[in-house]
Amino acid sequence: MTTAFSEHDNASGFSSPSATLRRRHILDLDDFSKDEIELVFKTGDAMLEVLGRKIKQVPTLRGKIIANFFIEPSTRTRSSFELAAKHLGASTISLDTAKSSMLKGESFINTLHTLQNLGADTIVIRHPQAGAPYLAAREIRSSILNAGDGWHAHPSQSLLDLYTIRQCLGNLEGLKVTIVGDIKHSRVARSNIWGMNAMGIKITLCAPYTLLPRHLDGFVSNSHLAPIVVTTNMEEALRGADVIMLLRLQGERQESGLLPSIREYVRLYQLTEQRLSLAKPGALVLHPGPINEDIEITPEIASGAQSVIDKQISNGVAIRMALLYLITGGNHAE
Amino acid sequence: MSEKILMTSSDIKRTLLRIAHEVVEKNRGTENLVLIGIQTRGVPLAKRLAGMIREFEEIAVTVGTLDIGLYRDDVSTNNLRPIIHDSDIPIDITGKQIILVDDVLYTGRSIRAAMDALMDTGRPKSIQLAVLIDRGHRELPIRADYTGKNIPTSQNEEIKIHFKETEGKDEVIITKRTQNP
Repeated sequence: MTTAFSEHDNASGFSSPSATLRRRHILDLDDFSKDEIELVFKTGDAMLEVLGRKIKQVPTLRGKIIANFFIEPSTRTRSSFELAAKHLGASTISLDTAKSSMLKGESFINTLHTLQNLGADTIVIRHPQAGAPYLAAREIRSSILNAGDGWHAHPSQSLLDLYTIRQCLGNLEGLKVTIVGDIKHSRVARSNIWGMNAMGIKITLCAPYTLLPRHLDGFVSNSHLAPIVVTTNMEEALRGADVIMLLRLQGERQESGLLPSIREYVRLYQLTEQRLSLAKPGALVLHPGPINEDIEITPEIASGAQSVIDKQISNGVAIRMALLYLITGGNHAE
Repeated sequence: MSEKILMTSSDIKRTLLRIAHEVVEKNRGTENLVLIGIQTRGVPLAKRLAGMIREFEEIAVTVGTLDIGLYRDDVSTNNLRPIIHDSDIPIDITGKQIILVDDVLYTGRSIRAAMDALMDTGRPKSIQLAVLIDRGHRELPIRADYTGKNIPTSQNEEIKIHFKETEGKDEVIITKRTQNP
């Protein structure tokens, strides 16, 4: 763990070891090491302990300002970031511009400057265009946390998914995870592929051809790891899986002609009891939400014993607390 | 860098045994007593004290561990982030007599943080402090109720405590830094 952080801190008068993520922003998991992800998990464990208390607040980020800047609708990501900031004692600003005319490049930058001038130490950004948080990170001094940009990345979601799997199954190394659904348009899938690759997970992607990205070869650079398996056959994809991760199917995919009909998708790709029985006994079922009931998954499985969808939501707060803790404030000497 | 051994394994054992007796004497027994070790170096000490009390009082005292990372006062000014270890306090501390246990008492900032962390989990009847070494240089109005050994130090000296559990050997060492980092 020596590359990710330094061990000792003698000057401050504290005897416990210190750590830092050597990064100012969290934009994607493409350059995260296994050690860094483990550090997020370890910090998440401590945050989970805080969430289990009667009074769920610690003073760690007191006096810090965390801005939520969401240019796209969101329920769980937005509210869990907001709660995470408050549990850590930070002040929060929330901007909801989904309904305004804020989508032009110039006003995006102007708004960021306003947030910076209001004193925001960290800005959590959700944006419909891929790359927007990267632009923000170049333009301003605040730390940027990507809460989803276009089809590109959603690192906090992937970290909470991995954390949930680790919590239930112990070790991540060598697990077989099958991701089913609209891979092509999914930032959740992309960040998860990077994160799972770093943790030594064997990935299978399953979707109709029209919902698979065109250039999967070379997506993952660590060629020493097992290559990603890609298939259009769900039964084949599920066989022997430790974890099944379903993705949300957007209604507009049918309207834009990528799917002949939702009914056909349901027939071929819905997670049913019968299909679930092909996976390993006790295999976990994850879904980033919001669920389309009776499309990606039957309601019985969604609320069944193998589903960890509720856990994903509660772990989401702990992991987002960990991320805010690890990047907010400080001098970020670079 | 010069190094000197201040306490050997048997010194440490004798000292801890005395502290264990003092704790029981001062609290008139072990009722409501909870030993809480501060992560990371206070944890093995708290466990040993509990083991000694179990031996001579024939009663098991509750032991917990406390991480103070989320309560440090330098998180906002310092780029370093302490690794947050597990806190595990197995009971409700409200009404209990807490003995906080740490290895070295120095500036007092860790103890301030530990008291805040404890108060967030309940309302103990009292909090007392036991340390193996008091090296001076306090920056806050804090003192120990039970001290193993007072060792006057200069600020460019460092006290290291090795434990059988982690370093393979019990000893207290003082080292002098020849240059300031």
